[in-house]
Amino acid sequence: MDPAGPSAASVATLWWIMFTGGTLIFAATSVVLAVAWAKPRLLGANPQRLLILWGGLVLPSIILAALVFSAFALGERLIGASGSPAPLRIEAVAERWMWSFRYPTNGAVSEQVLHIPAGEPVEFAVTSEDVIHGFWLPRLGGKIDAVPGHTNMIRLQADRPGRYGGVCAEFCGEGHEIMRFEVVAHPLQEYEAVLDRLAAGEAP
Amino acid sequence: MSTPSPIRLHKELSRIWDTAPGLGRLSAVNHTVLGKRFIITAFVFFTIGGLLAMLIRAQLATSKNAFVGPDIYNQIFTMHGTIMMFLFAIPMFEGFAIYLLPKMLGARDMAFPRMAAYCYWCYLFGGSILIAALLLGVAPDGGWFMYTPLNSKPYSPSINADIWLLGITFVEISALSAAIEIIVSILKLRAPGMTLNRMPIMAWYLLITAFMMLFGFPPLILASALLELERAFGLPFFDPTRGGDALLWQHLFWLFGHPEVYIIFLPAAGAISMMVPTFARHELIGYRTVILAIIAVAFLSFGLWVHHMFTVGIPHLALTFFSAASGLVAIPTAVQIFAWIATIANGRPKLDVPMLYLFGFFVIFIIGGLTGVMVAMVPFNLQAHDTHFVVAHLHYVLVGGFVFPMLAAAYYWLPHFTGKSSEHVLSRPAFWLIFVGFNLTFFLMHLTGLLGMPRRVSTYPLEAKWDWLNLLSSFGSFIMTIGFALFVIDVFLQMRFGTRFRRDPWTAKTLEWATPTPATSYAFASLPEISDRADRLEPAALGPKLARGEGYLGFTRNNWMETLGLDMMTARPTEVIVLPRPSFLPFWTGLATGAFVLCLLFKLYWLSLVPFAITIGLWFVWTLTTGGRTDMAPLDIGHGQSAPPHWQVERPPSWWAMLFAISGDAVMVTSLIFGSLFLIVVAPQWPPQAFATVSPWLLAAIVWGAIVAALAGRFALKQLLSGTAPLAGLSVAGVGHLVTLTAATIAISNMGTLTAHSQAAMLFALLAMAALHAFIGLLLIAYGFLRHFSGKLSALRSMDLRIGKLWHDATAVMVLACVVAALVLQFDLSSARLR
Repeated sequence: MDPAGPSAASVATLWWIMFTGGTLIFAATSVVLAVAWAKPRLLGANPQRLLILWGGLVLPSIILAALVFSAFALGERLIGASGSPAPLRIEAVAERWMWSFRYPTNGAVSEQVLHIPAGEPVEFAVTSEDVIHGFWLPRLGGKIDAVPGHTNMIRLQADRPGRYGGVCAEFCGEGHEIMRFEVVAHPLQEYEAVLDRLAAGEAP
Repeated sequence: MSTPSPIRLHKELSRIWDTAPGLGRLSAVNHTVLGKRFIITAFVFFTIGGLLAMLIRAQLATSKNAFVGPDIYNQIFTMHGTIMMFLFAIPMFEGFAIYLLPKMLGARDMAFPRMAAYCYWCYLFGGSILIAALLLGVAPDGGWFMYTPLNSKPYSPSINADIWLLGITFVEISALSAAIEIIVSILKLRAPGMTLNRMPIMAWYLLITAFMMLFGFPPLILASALLELERAFGLPFFDPTRGGDALLWQHLFWLFGHPEVYIIFLPAAGAISMMVPTFARHELIGYRTVILAIIAVAFLSFGLWVHHMFTVGIPHLALTFFSAASGLVAIPTAVQIFAWIATIANGRPKLDVPMLYLFGFFVIFIIGGLTGVMVAMVPFNLQAHDTHFVVAHLHYVLVGGFVFPMLAAAYYWLPHFTGKSSEHVLSRPAFWLIFVGFNLTFFLMHLTGLLGMPRRVSTYPLEAKWDWLNLLSSFGSFIMTIGFALFVIDVFLQMRFGTRFRRDPWTAKTLEWATPTPATSYAFASLPEISDRADRLEPAALGPKLARGEGYLGFTRNNWMETLGLDMMTARPTEVIVLPRPSFLPFWTGLATGAFVLCLLFKLYWLSLVPFAITIGLWFVWTLTTGGRTDMAPLDIGHGQSAPPHWQVERPPSWWAMLFAISGDAVMVTSLIFGSLFLIVVAPQWPPQAFATVSPWLLAAIVWGAIVAALAGRFALKQLLSGTAPLAGLSVAGVGHLVTLTAATIAISNMGTLTAHSQAAMLFALLAMAALHAFIGLLLIAYGFLRHFSGKLSALRSMDLRIGKLWHDATAVMVLACVVAALVLQFDLSSARLR
């Protein structure tokens, strides 16, 4: 967990909230179990009502409702986001066992190295030539499957220029583990030049 | 009938019920024997799966490890998952169910002992095919959920994937039959007076689990059959280049796969619900609430399969629905957990070894449940999906929710198996080793997952800095293995050196402890009358009474193996069920079925017709010994009551079995129709360039034949009941099925190429499904004739035709549904497509 983009960062926040909540629930349940075992009188004269109704039904319902709603709101921002048009779209095509990328702005292509601008959301249109792969940039955010015959969208952003790792997340056969790629986030003002060099077949 | 002395009664019953020694063991149909066989075999598979897990951990212990290459590694993790899911967890619970259910319910055996034996052989042979493939290095290697197109022909050209599809389907059909047997046994074979709301809670758990299997397994069996058709004959159901869709496989698989998780958990929860009251020394709190919770889990579990598919590109709003449903399932689970805690709080708990393992369950399962809620949240799932976080989560749920309760159950019921009480010298160290080892292994995987380690990789780069976490994980797995080894030694020592006890060593309050221990083959010398909830009994007092023959059926008659069948609701005896004697037929039939599967595996399709015909022929032979040739007066069952033999009632167990088989079949047909619609609406490369078509006249003939068969089947029964031979009705029904079968065959042969596009392939599948129904209908017609000419039918002995009638009716409905779907497939419905 070393988020380098807004998507990964908000997931990290969600994780820390859930982790804290989960730890508290686990601790509380363990304490209740210990009390039930050793000092049941502490639970009152009619413990089943307290335990089953409140512990089993009411409390989990409230917590889950809150969690589902906030996760939905977050999810809408991360993947729903159909309202605002993304400024840049990149096509990612998986095939066993490599990734190729096409940049529709000028038709440039690159293999195994993905060039993105930093500080700018990018929409990836992901598909596959053969089996199902998983497009994942762990430090930038969630993943989306590359399914042959379908094109899936995911929106990600790198906050700072730099190099990040990308992997195939969905098991795809013998080369699955070596199906890695590199992501280079360029400063925004240099990005256009990078794509031009790519299109011209020069080193970016 | 006079009651003999307890010793003589025991000798008489043993002579009739016992399985012969030596090679005669292959003829065992007894639930006590089969239950133990299932449990032991499942444990052997668990050991194999565990050794594979050790290899996985050895490989992942350090970065860039070259212990095994990815080709072998892929086989290892695929087989680890496959074995643990299909060859360990499900059969293990089946074993417990088969062994315990009759004893908990107060019956002498399961409803279909030969079926249980057949299930066992199918399981053993199917499992052996997979293990043989592992030893030969051609084991499945495409992941235990067999995603397409990775496991389709172009990307998995060799036999590996076929072994999974055929071997596992073989085992699945066995599990489906076991589910039907469990349902019928619980609903029909109980002690008089044990109404549904008096059943021990585990019977409820098993009943609902078996229903979930009945509805959960057909989609997988169907999907496996379709994928095998694609692999063997090129029919493109899942191939995206020819109008198939890789996601269809995922929907069908997880439609099975998620209920499967609860199918594994619920029986274990049932065992917990039996053990917690015993050790809390208080009856289960919230018996009815718990039943409602189980039913809620069962319903919800069929509504959340998509949470395995959050990353496949389904719209976010739909994902949120499944996310909420996944969260919701935590509530009935929490209700059960707090019901157990409340039981403890109300009682005077005592700590013993089974309870120690249950504490392990509480800790691990609650963590697994909490991480489950986390991965059910879409944004987090997108990050954690397919990483070691998920590996950690699923092991916390499955090991916490199944293995720990089963270890507790092993210690709890071991005295029942052996007749010896337990000396727990090694049990506690074994527990601590397993518990600490487990948490060390899997807790750390949450972290490697969060650090970005994907699952199913055999190596990872040094730069990733996951080395020390993985090394500790591997270290933990060795500790856990030592714990399991200690457990095995412990069990052997207890079997060898435990001290004998009389009855009910834990002072439990349920009926299984009223049998003699070790359990006799007939379980109860006589059957009790139950007048209170069946977890409030006094086995120590009840047992001797039953052994003296003071209950029902406390005698022997005609060398028959008898037990009582009840009215489901009132729990009054309605029939004497005469069970089949030990027989080699299940073994031979299992062997023939295995030969059939092997023929398919090696693509000897014409040769496969031989074992196929033998299997069906043997099933006919099974029926030769059942039923009666004369109408009998009701039989004495003791206590001044009497009941007819089961073949003289309208709805004997086999009638119910057919009804439930048809419900499973309906799920299968529905899944196929869902598949057709799914392809029309979602699949790429639609519509096809040229539509395959079937003449409407042929479709009309297919439906017409099925309707005639249904009407004539009813007429045959009417004839029989009015005292005439049902020959006219059976003949016309046979003609009807023959028309359907012929018309479907002609339609298929007229279709031209089936491999060009999924539209043609699906059309074929629908017609084949209709033809299959007609074919089974024909077999039942032949069976009707066989029963008639062997003198087994009369107005009073009509069950065989009633069972046939059920199938013919169902066939009419299913065939009609298939034909309607086939019609829809022939139109260009481009406007209905998504996107």
